[in-house]
Amino acid sequence: MEFRVAIRDALAEELERDERVVVFGEDVAAAGGVFVTTPGLLERFGPDRVFDTPISELALAGAAFGSAVCGLRPVIEIMFGDFLPLVMDSLVNQASKYWYISNEQASVPLVVRSAVGAGGRFGAIHSQSPVTWFHAVPGLKLVAPSTPADAKALLKAAVRDDNPVLFLEHKRLYSMKEDVGGGRSEAGELGSAAVRRDGSDVTLVSVMKGVHDCLAAAELLAEDGIDAEVIDLRTLRPLDRAAIAESLAKTNRLAAVEEGPRTGGWAGEVLAVAAEESLDDVDDLWRITTPEHPIPYSPSLEDAFLPGAEAIAESVRARLGFAVTARD
Amino acid sequence: MSRTQASKASEAAPDREEALELYRRMLLIRRFEDTVQDLFLKGEVHGTTHLYSGQEAVAVGVCSVLGEHDRVAGTYRGHGHALALGVEAQGLLDELLGRATGVCGGRAGSMNVIDLEHRLIGCFGIVGGSIAAATGAALALKREGGVAVAFFGDGAINQGYFHECLNFARVFRLPAVYVCENNLYGEFTPYEQVTAGEIRARAETLDIPSQTIDGNDVWGVQTAAREAVQRARAGEGPCFIEALTYRFVGHSRSDPGRYRKPGELDSWRERDPLIRARDAIGDTEEVDQAVEAQIAQMIENALAAPFPSPDPNAREYKDG
Ligand SMILES: Cc1ncc(C[n+]2csc(CCOP(=O)(O)OP(=O)(O)O)c2C)c(N)n1
Repeated sequence: MEFRVAIRDALAEELERDERVVVFGEDVAAAGGVFVTTPGLLERFGPDRVFDTPISELALAGAAFGSAVCGLRPVIEIMFGDFLPLVMDSLVNQASKYWYISNEQASVPLVVRSAVGAGGRFGAIHSQSPVTWFHAVPGLKLVAPSTPADAKALLKAAVRDDNPVLFLEHKRLYSMKEDVGGGRSEAGELGSAAVRRDGSDVTLVSVMKGVHDCLAAAELLAEDGIDAEVIDLRTLRPLDRAAIAESLAKTNRLAAVEEGPRTGGWAGEVLAVAAEESLDDVDDLWRITTPEHPIPYSPSLEDAFLPGAEAIAESVRARLGFAVTARD
Repeated sequence: MSRTQASKASEAAPDREEALELYRRMLLIRRFEDTVQDLFLKGEVHGTTHLYSGQEAVAVGVCSVLGEHDRVAGTYRGHGHALALGVEAQGLLDELLGRATGVCGGRAGSMNVIDLEHRLIGCFGIVGGSIAAATGAALALKREGGVAVAFFGDGAINQGYFHECLNFARVFRLPAVYVCENNLYGEFTPYEQVTAGEIRARAETLDIPSQTIDGNDVWGVQTAAREAVQRARAGEGPCFIEALTYRFVGHSRSDPGRYRKPGELDSWRERDPLIRARDAIGDTEEVDQAVEAQIAQMIENALAAPFPSPDPNAREYKDG
């Protein structure tokens, strides 16, 4: 199953299961979404449950918040993660705080889905990964799956979650295929990481496309006799602190691989957790991120900008004291 | 004015040299966009790209009345806005191909072109972003008698930016001209389906003088723009223009435009701004040939230009 189909199936199953669920956004209904994640939902569930909105992110998010407080379970699509600053107020100042400051009078069961990530030559304002902008907001969960099966299970979990979830879909993963098995799937669990590859020398931690880069890097490292463990965090908030600690206990070295600038990034949070909770197990901790400048458009610049498998492997070799192979 | 009624090119008899120049710019945009499409299909233009074909008269008409101190903010559909301002077509094409010789060195790409030398403060990838930028530009330009123009689509008027910035501009009497290019669709969705009321009425409630014009008539656009710019320059505050037009192509590279009503495209093709200008001018052969030659040479140059080499120090890059 393709990643984009997994998203659609999750939405369809949740729309079917619970009639309070509604799906809306720009071009999601009649057109089926610019990333082709939602075709067919309008036909199946009708325009009261699945509808196109004006290009008004502020209204979209505001409506999602208000309707969630009053009994609906909206799932909205913000086409590109880069447009999320336009929904920031509703999401951050209203939705994420409501459950707590209302003394738990009403929860706010809303999901914001958004396509993120670079590598598609979309330029600086259609390629960003917005995790960091939202990471410091108590009350907001952040989900960032790397596989179709997880996308489906975690989106279902997000829809069933009683408070706001920001659900990120990496553009480079939409066409990724995986055997998910037939029929309905269970909802996943937010806040639990997965070990994607067992290893004993170094832990590579990432999310979304970064997980696949880490797995590819691990294969390269294996040729040099370095055995890397790869952890897929799957959700960035809540963070699976135990998974980080367990892996560090085995490997003693950890690199957090983030598609985003280093300053203030989530990778720093992972390192902080490792230092706080596993200091006795730590020989080395570091981050592999993008440079501190906006995402460039030109293929030559964008490729060099992103931390791909080669760059990850090279960084690990350098940190572990292996001779660095020449790269052009 | 009815949206389905074809109107004749305006009667304002243009000076032939000037008329040819307007026509040349429109043709350059059309051919440029055909070229971009071609190069896209060949994999030379990357990512996505939003073409301006069909809307040429709006940008060309408006930009033709701007002076040295004026500034323009365009959209992600900004190649037309850039070329209408005189941005070098070669530099623009190079930028779209990600080459080092592009107007932004390959850093910006199709959606984000900036060329201050040619008065383009930017093309904005966020719907409504151009409105904000131009409003701020007007705030600065007020001092030197300059005017700022924002181009944006019908979809953008539903953004908070539209309401908040137009109010701001009116309150401070900023020299801003807001040009809404109503091409009937925001991406794949017909604007009537997602827009309440008349577009122009929104500006009118803010006490901003507004008009709806035929956006496929370059001389009509020019006349309306001249009036608006003069007003703004005279310190009388912002104006709003709704230009009715149509894009002949899909929204972006992967859009075949299936949402169009049957016959709609054909009926707009009959009002092609280029053909209307050519009909009004008569013989345009010389210009046609010159543009063809320019485009052919440009493609050759662009494909031969080098890609930017990544800066080895980029990881240590510090802000500005
Ligand atoms: C804030 C924001 N939301 C959504 C988009 C995606 N998007 C790009 S163009 C577009 C349609 C805009 O339509 P309109 O304003 O009518 O301009 P047109 O493309 O027709 O020129 C949309 C929704 C965006 N770029 N920015």
